[in-house]
Amino acid sequence: MDSIAHPTQRQFNPYSDNGGTILAIAGADFTVIAGDTRQSEGYSIQTRYAPKVFPLTDRAVLAVNGFAADGNMFVKKVKQRLEWYRHAHSKDMPLRAIARLIQTMLYARRFFPFYVYNILGGIEEDGTGAVYSFDPVGSYEREACRAAGAAQSLVQPFLDNQIYFNNQQPAPGTSHPVHLPLPTILSIVIDSFTGATERHIEVGDGLEMYVVLAKGRGVQGLEDVRGVQELSVTEEGERIFVIRRDLKKD
Amino acid sequence: MDNVYRSSGFDFSNSIRNHSLAEKGLPLPKATSTGTTIVGCVFKDGIILGADTRATEGPIVADKNCEKIHYITESIRCCGAGTAADTEFVTATISSNMDLHALSTGRKPRVVTAMTMLKRHLYRHQGQVGAALVLGGVDVTGPQLFTIHPHGSTDKLPYVTMGSGSLAAMAIFESSWQPNMTREHALQLVTTAISAGIFNDLGSGSNVDACIITATGTEMLRNFVKPNERVEKERKYTFRRGATAWKSESIRKLIVNEQVTPVAGEAMDVS
Amino acid sequence: MDHFPANWGRPRNDAIDLYATHLLHPRPNNRAKDAFADSVQRTQQPIVTGTSVLAIKFKDGIMMAADNLASYGSLARFKDVQRLQAFGDYTVIGASGDMSDFQFIQRLLDDIAVAEIAAQDGHDLGPVEIHEYMSQVMYGRRSKLDPLWNSLIIGGFKDGKRFLSYVDLLGTTYTASTIATGYGGYIAQPLLRKAVEGYEDVLTAEQARKILEDSMRVLFYRDARSLNKYQLATITAAGVQISDSLHLETSWDFAEGIRGYGAQTQ
Repeated sequence: MDSIAHPTQRQFNPYSDNGGTILAIAGADFTVIAGDTRQSEGYSIQTRYAPKVFPLTDRAVLAVNGFAADGNMFVKKVKQRLEWYRHAHSKDMPLRAIARLIQTMLYARRFFPFYVYNILGGIEEDGTGAVYSFDPVGSYEREACRAAGAAQSLVQPFLDNQIYFNNQQPAPGTSHPVHLPLPTILSIVIDSFTGATERHIEVGDGLEMYVVLAKGRGVQGLEDVRGVQELSVTEEGERIFVIRRDLKKD
Repeated sequence: MDNVYRSSGFDFSNSIRNHSLAEKGLPLPKATSTGTTIVGCVFKDGIILGADTRATEGPIVADKNCEKIHYITESIRCCGAGTAADTEFVTATISSNMDLHALSTGRKPRVVTAMTMLKRHLYRHQGQVGAALVLGGVDVTGPQLFTIHPHGSTDKLPYVTMGSGSLAAMAIFESSWQPNMTREHALQLVTTAISAGIFNDLGSGSNVDACIITATGTEMLRNFVKPNERVEKERKYTFRRGATAWKSESIRKLIVNEQVTPVAGEAMDVS
Repeated sequence: MDHFPANWGRPRNDAIDLYATHLLHPRPNNRAKDAFADSVQRTQQPIVTGTSVLAIKFKDGIMMAADNLASYGSLARFKDVQRLQAFGDYTVIGASGDMSDFQFIQRLLDDIAVAEIAAQDGHDLGPVEIHEYMSQVMYGRRSKLDPLWNSLIIGGFKDGKRFLSYVDLLGTTYTASTIATGYGGYIAQPLLRKAVEGYEDVLTAEQARKILEDSMRVLFYRDARSLNKYQLATITAAGVQISDSLHLETSWDFAEGIRGYGAQTQ
């Protein structure tokens, strides 16, 4: 089927697509950032466990999706810049500053882009949950929720409906909640991924959900969650947790 | 135009236009393809065919539980990979022609007959009918197993695989197939081969279908193994009555005029 | 992974394989038409190539296998090539793809080994460090659009820990308990996953050897660029051991009963 009309010339293509999906949802005083753990190329599964979500500081988590080699390299470079910042300023970079940093780092490669969709989640300096989403060349925006990657077109409309309550009228005399509670959001995240696994061939194997809690917020909403594991070392300041789930492997 | 000679079969007159449209970024609509693992295997008493049940449209799962083992005759079945529509139509056509053939000859049809009809049909259409088939059955000459490629070439082997998961499934056969296997052993092997496709090939998934054909009869084991049941959702997604917005409301009574006329006799007992 | 080395580095394009009838997804050219393409530098393609490398974790470490063939297109050109190479006391690299690029990589690593010995700083490179180095080299070269046309498997055992990873010409990396490059990714990987996933901590060296031998045999049956002569590398707490060339026993008895490809009976 390869183009008959033209002689084919062989040229190296420096990009690939490694599938998978990521998403993040901000609450009033927490943020959930999640991704599946399958890495694939074409119709083959390369590995059933390759993380796409990375904690950067005590209050920032970055999810990367697209070309895995670019993704890993990009995370590495962001972490390096954050470490330099720590050495220069003796504190962690604030979330909105990380967002702007990511924009400039992506745009610096405008003409040989990192083929990566980034979603940054965490807690702002004012203690609110925040999600920033980026395109591969650095356009970004703060949002309440965002899905990206292979199953973006399946998951985002679901989130629009369940988080933003698009196309749903509130009951007479009431209004939709602005922020949902943590257990509800965790359930919606899990259902997003089990749903995407059913209908997208590149999504599956495992699910990793990071939860960032604002300073002073209790762990309410996480007590009953199966297999939750804390990553932060102190209870002062923001706290990070990770929750892992199996997804179907077909 | 009626007196202009037109050859039968597909019309290729738009292919140059379509090619140039595709070049300009308007590709043809995508056909549903059964990304597929399908296999066949000879054993002591006959043939076992196997298939997964996932149908895809690009990276999207179009059907999670489709049937890829098609009926040809009572003792001949055919697994299809490739373009779903082509596998369904080509097997249905040949099934029908096999019936007519059986009626005109008055004999039980043979697997080679179906194989020859299929390969001629596919060769005539030069690969434009995108069906990759595994044909198996038992006839007067014994168990027969073939693969038929979209361009019409055939293979006759004791174990065969097709589709995007064919290499995964073939690896299982190459390491574990033996001559003269028992029914149980062969069914186990076919299930393992299909499972290898389901779990290693993204184009294949969901359940294992199997079909056992022997001289005494055919047994279709639909959803023989279901290793990929959908998990229960965390939340219920029923919408509150009135959740959908509307711009205007008009209620019409569909019964314009109703007249009840009692007829003689007792009312029906509806208790 | 796409077996055909000349196709490596090209993304899948569904618009071209309209009906997905190919077993292996070709990754043809889908770059934008560029009027200046002819003035842009042409990148190489692989010339003398090695096929699959297989590797698995087992109870005591890592075991790896690769055959001894280096092909020149469809010609079986060199039949005594070693594609498994030890670096330091803890690591083995297995290479498929272009053999001259692999020899260049060997030279890079030898230079580092020499510098490392000269440093005498009490540290030595383990598999994790060699993986990190190779992923940076491979990603750096792809970013210069001048890739090293290989898929590498890095296996090792150091400080009581097993390590097994993959790096290719795009700089793509991953770790897993079973890894296979080339055709092995399609044919051997299902066998390896069935035999190893969940049993990494119980498989003995003898069982691991049997799993790899069976997989190499299946590859020899089905990969037209493979050879029935291969080597095994074992990396454990005891160090690295690469076997002499081993010969695969194969059976072709089934062919006796086959007559023709269609309606023939004699």
